[in-house]
Amino acid sequence: MISNDTSLMAHLLRRAGFGASRDELEEYLEMGYDGAVEALLNPSDPGNMPDDLIRRYHVEQSELRDLAGSAAYWMYRMISTTSPMEEKIALFWHSLFATGYAKLNQARSLLNQVDMFRRSGLENFEDLLLELSKDPAMILWLDNNENHGSAVNENYGRELLELFSMGIGNYTEDDVKECARAFTGWTLGNAEYMSIRAAKDSIWPYGRIAWHFEYRNEDHDDGEKTFLGETGRFNGEDIIAIIVKQESTARFLATRLFEFFAADEVTEGGEKVIHEMMATYFSSGYQIRDMLRTMFHSGYFKSEAARFARVKAPAEMVVGAIRMAGNYQNPALGIEKVSNTMLYMGQGLLQPPSVEGWHEGLEWINSGALLERVNFAAKELSDVKSPGVRSIIDRLEASSGDGVLVPSDLADRCLDLLGPIQVSDETRSVLVDYASRQGDLDLTGHQLGDEAEQRVGNMLRLVAATKEYQLA
Amino acid sequence: MTTTRREKSLIVIQLTGGNDYLNTVVPYEDGRYYDHRSTVNIPQEKVIPVDGQVGFNPSMGPIKTLWDEGKVAVINGIGYQTPNRSHFRSMDIWHTAEPDSIGREGWLGRAIRDIDPQGDNVLTGINFGRGLPRALGCPGVSVASVGDLATYGLFPDVRDEELRMFTLEAFSRMYGGAAGGDPVLNFLGQTGQDALHGADILRTAPAKYSSSVEYAPNSLAQNVKAISQVFHADLGSRVLYTTHASFDTHSGELLTHAKLWDEVAGAVGCLMDDLEEHGREDDASILIFSEFGRRIKDNGSGSDHGSGGVAFLIGGAVDGGMYGEYPSLAEAEQLEGDLRSNNDFRSVYTDILEDWMGLDAAPIVNGQFEKLNLFRS
Repeated sequence: MISNDTSLMAHLLRRAGFGASRDELEEYLEMGYDGAVEALLNPSDPGNMPDDLIRRYHVEQSELRDLAGSAAYWMYRMISTTSPMEEKIALFWHSLFATGYAKLNQARSLLNQVDMFRRSGLENFEDLLLELSKDPAMILWLDNNENHGSAVNENYGRELLELFSMGIGNYTEDDVKECARAFTGWTLGNAEYMSIRAAKDSIWPYGRIAWHFEYRNEDHDDGEKTFLGETGRFNGEDIIAIIVKQESTARFLATRLFEFFAADEVTEGGEKVIHEMMATYFSSGYQIRDMLRTMFHSGYFKSEAARFARVKAPAEMVVGAIRMAGNYQNPALGIEKVSNTMLYMGQGLLQPPSVEGWHEGLEWINSGALLERVNFAAKELSDVKSPGVRSIIDRLEASSGDGVLVPSDLADRCLDLLGPIQVSDETRSVLVDYASRQGDLDLTGHQLGDEAEQRVGNMLRLVAATKEYQLA
Repeated sequence: MTTTRREKSLIVIQLTGGNDYLNTVVPYEDGRYYDHRSTVNIPQEKVIPVDGQVGFNPSMGPIKTLWDEGKVAVINGIGYQTPNRSHFRSMDIWHTAEPDSIGREGWLGRAIRDIDPQGDNVLTGINFGRGLPRALGCPGVSVASVGDLATYGLFPDVRDEELRMFTLEAFSRMYGGAAGGDPVLNFLGQTGQDALHGADILRTAPAKYSSSVEYAPNSLAQNVKAISQVFHADLGSRVLYTTHASFDTHSGELLTHAKLWDEVAGAVGCLMDDLEEHGREDDASILIFSEFGRRIKDNGSGSDHGSGGVAFLIGGAVDGGMYGEYPSLAEAEQLEGDLRSNNDFRSVYTDILEDWMGLDAAPIVNGQFEKLNLFRS
């Protein structure tokens, strides 16, 4: 019998991480739910695969010049971290403040942005918006290097309000103009040269040079501005201070966090949680960590309603299956082929399709993407040589007493150890029928890759191919 | 499935990396070409003469044959204003028909949506290769992506055929059950059935096809062969896409470029022979394009990213010939050392969408662009 504690903890780890093997789950269960929430929300040393090791195998991940190598570099970190929330929150901000390689040709600066999300992504939202506004990749992505005191470019000013903080309908066109004026002079060092190099995709003469922020006072419009009803000689910092005070900002941020971490659809129960998160936003002084704590402790999040209420994003699908299988704990040549699978599923890291980010939820699913998702997870989890699968086989044997599993036990235990995953009666009956084809499974004295082990691999393949496995 | 048989299909071959226009359609009568291309040039005597002014790269023999038959349109100086020399960005621009902002939808994704608004045929658009070029991407539009037609489908890594059949059967039962109350599971079920269905239909294509044409063993020719198999199986596929790489010839260009064009021209020649053998040469047109051309001056071993490029439209229904002016090599006419584009790529898209696919082009290419009249009327 699967305890509710185990199901709840697995749910938490699918949301605040990339799912968990049974060994990991047991470690978190020892902390209790509250302890686990705190451990996840306060990332410590991630113990991820070290750079010196990665660089021994991957030249392109040393210079971090090209896109494929840099996306794989981030994937290594997602696979090997012991602080999964740090990567999950970075992925959240990468999806929301979506910045793409296509225009920048600058993977290192993008990865610096991701690092900033790790560092500040759970902290104060005002500080985060300030860092974002000074982030060189964002500046070039949304043309703020073209935003001059004498000639305003509204791109960043508009998206800051529309896509990054308040949402459309909560400000006027005049507010957009005034916001953009306040950010004039916020550029990157040697901006003219760097933007030409980006547009020309030039690596000469020095390779890719990581960018840095530069404030040019002489290019800043220091005049009086009226923004959301307040008037003053506002600079960017003042604008952000006004933005974060708005109720629309609290609602926007709470909703986006809820949709990413709790459920694709906001129901009445979810609406209540969003209100609680908004209250926390103000009472804590805009602390993102505190909003998430409120959400993880809400009755709704812990209830059945929130379980499997999200479609796994491709990054969750790929990294989750790899972590479960225990693969790629060391650098592997050709790793870009693995991280490219996310791209084939519709989510290439560092290459969101536009500033609006990815279309998530059910929009991840189309026949081409589903084929990739099923094939990837099925292959990863059916390989009995993988350490994670070996551990599942050992647990199956240990749980069976005499080493023999009847077909329904084989199906149920595999569902348990890959999740626990809840499936419909219909799905379960197909799984049990599939297991019944060869009768009882005797794991006594099993050897690597023998028929008994292959039967477990076949069962895991089919569980990974269920509709329910598509959900987080 | 709606019957869209025997309708006109578009086949796209994307040359990824920036094909060198100057060494593809060579202005061998212009001395300035040899001045700028002191090392990376095609000697006059090797060029395949076309019209007394320019000639084809020596590797393009099969395309010259088609040219002589009046089936090749060469679109000179193709590009867009304010060229971007980044591979990714420029390819994005070609894919989304959005030069000025980051576009959301691919032009062919939109075309597929217009052809099949209800998504009745999961094979209306197919990419041959892994993943999906952004040209085919559009929210809500399903496009199949076929890495290898022979193994396309679910669980390709399961080698034991009996086990695979058994697993597919279980998959079919899990995804094909009666629709329940949960809309997400229902949608997943429907999509799973579509994927299975699409794979089942596609797997029938090779058996429906026979031909005396022998395609070369290289990856492009094999993808083009798969395109031909699917096209001739009459599955209602209207957009068939594949890519070939890498044309990013910064160094060792002459050898690489010759090999690449040998493969492209060979594959196109085979495909046209194949279409003719099946009496279908008026039913398919082939667009060949690249994200940009390359710098006028060579770098001693290859050439760097440039702007104006060349595209080809090939087919029995195409009104062959030269379209647009070859951009001038004169110093004063150059754009930062590059050929200045004088034909907007969205004009070519407009021709294809309106005169070939029968669609309203303006909403797809984001505006009105003057047509070049590339098809025989």
